[in-house]
This record gives sequence, structure tokens and C-alpha cells, in this order.
Amino acid sequence: MAEFSFWFVISLTVLSAVVVVLSNQLIYSAMALLFTLFGVAGIYVFLWADFIAGVQLLVYIGGILILIIFGIMLTNRISSVRLSQTNVQQGVGGAIAIWLVTLISLVISKTPWYHADAIEPAETVAQVGTLLLTKYLLPFEAISLLLLGALIGAALLSRKEN
Amino acid sequence: MQELNTYLFVAAILFSLGVFGVMTRRNGIAILMGVELILNAANINFVAFSRFGGMNIDGHIFALFVIVLAAAEAAVALAIIINIYNNMNTINVDEASALKE
Repeated sequence: MAEFSFWFVISLTVLSAVVVVLSNQLIYSAMALLFTLFGVAGIYVFLWADFIAGVQLLVYIGGILILIIFGIMLTNRISSVRLSQTNVQQGVGGAIAIWLVTLISLVISKTPWYHADAIEPAETVAQVGTLLLTKYLLPFEAISLLLLGALIGAALLSRKEN
Repeated sequence: MQELNTYLFVAAILFSLGVFGVMTRRNGIAILMGVELILNAANINFVAFSRFGGMNIDGHIFALFVIVLAAAEAAVALAIIINIYNNMNTINVDEASALKE
């Protein structure tokens, strides 16, 4: 059962990612991105990263995806056909993408990866919280400042000048 | 399911699809979606190496930082895209190529 759901999540992720980059309708791309992000959250669950999976659902699906859909709605006249868009130079792009994926796969299968055994933790939230407030306190504070600055900048940029 | 390589292959496929999207899409928002795919592929790698390197939580912290950076990037990018649309009436990056009207 676990095996089946694992391969289901993997195929859901990859297939909807294909739709994201190939669909002619922007809104279909955004909907496919929803399933891709959901599948990636599922992959995190299989990797025992429960907190990251939750954050992925909250921030990516609840935040970034909504922003993207708002962006699509605000930059297109919904009733017009401008919502569709075609890809350009698919041949060259596809060739480069296939070359990339074969190159990376070759490197992955040839490298003797370091592998350490581990037992499944009950939850990772406590460890993540401890690390964030001890070893990674400075990056944590820096990134909160960066987020604040980026959000203020975004609000300032999108305001109408008067 | 208990193989590191499976996750790395999935991440490689997602990364290549993201690169393909960034290269071939004309719409600015669709390009942004390609960037999100690339970031997700990197995140899968971080968490997978963390899991198979003896459940080292440091990888989770990096994934968390990447998610925060993606949120900041999406907010700023969409603000810029909406401004471009207001000024040039298009967000196809090959048409909106002038720095100044």
C-alpha cells in the first residue's frame, strides 16, 4: 500500500509538472502547479519531513500559488483569448532539457552516495525549532528581515503613484 | 521507496522541466512557475540527502530557507509583472523588452 501511494505521488508530481510547462492555458498551468506542489509535499512526507511538508502546503499552495493566480487574473482580460499563450523554440528548449536530465541522471547513478542508516523520528518540529534558535539563529533573523523588506518593496511597487 | 536515487531522479526531472519552462515560456507568470519547479527540485534534494544522511535535520533548515526565499521572490516578481502590464499592456517577455517607453 505504501509502495503504491509512493509511486502514485511520484507520477502525480511529474505528470502535472509536465502540464505546468506545456499547457497553452495559463490557468490550467496554475492548477497543474497545485498538484505538483501537493505531490512534492507528499514526497516530503515519504522522506520523514513532516514539518517541511506542512510548510510546503501552507506557504506554497496557500500563498505563492494564490499570488500566481491573482497575477494571472490581474494581467489578462479574462474574457479574451489572450489568456492562452504559446511556447517558443520548443525544439531547442526540449533538446537542452533532455540533455540536462540525462546528464544529471548519469551523475546520480555513477556517484557512490554516502548513506547512513537512520530510525524514523516521531516528529521533526522540535529539532527544527531547536536548530533555528541555536545554530541557525543569525540566518533565521537575516531571512526574516529579507522577507519583511521584500514584502514592503512589493507593496510599494504595486501601489498606484499619486 | 527506500532508495536515495529515486528521489534524486524525480528532482532531476522536475529541474529539467523547470528549465524547459523558463526557456520556452513567453508569459512572465509562466516563467515564474518554471522557477518554482526548479526551487522545488532543489528542495527535494535537500530533504532527501538529509533523510539518507542519517536524518540530519540541517537539510530541513535549508529547505525552509528556500521556501521563504521563494515566497519573497514570488511577491516581488508579481509586483514587477503587474507594473509591466500596467505600463506596456503585455507581460510576454519578448514583447516587453524596452527599458523605457
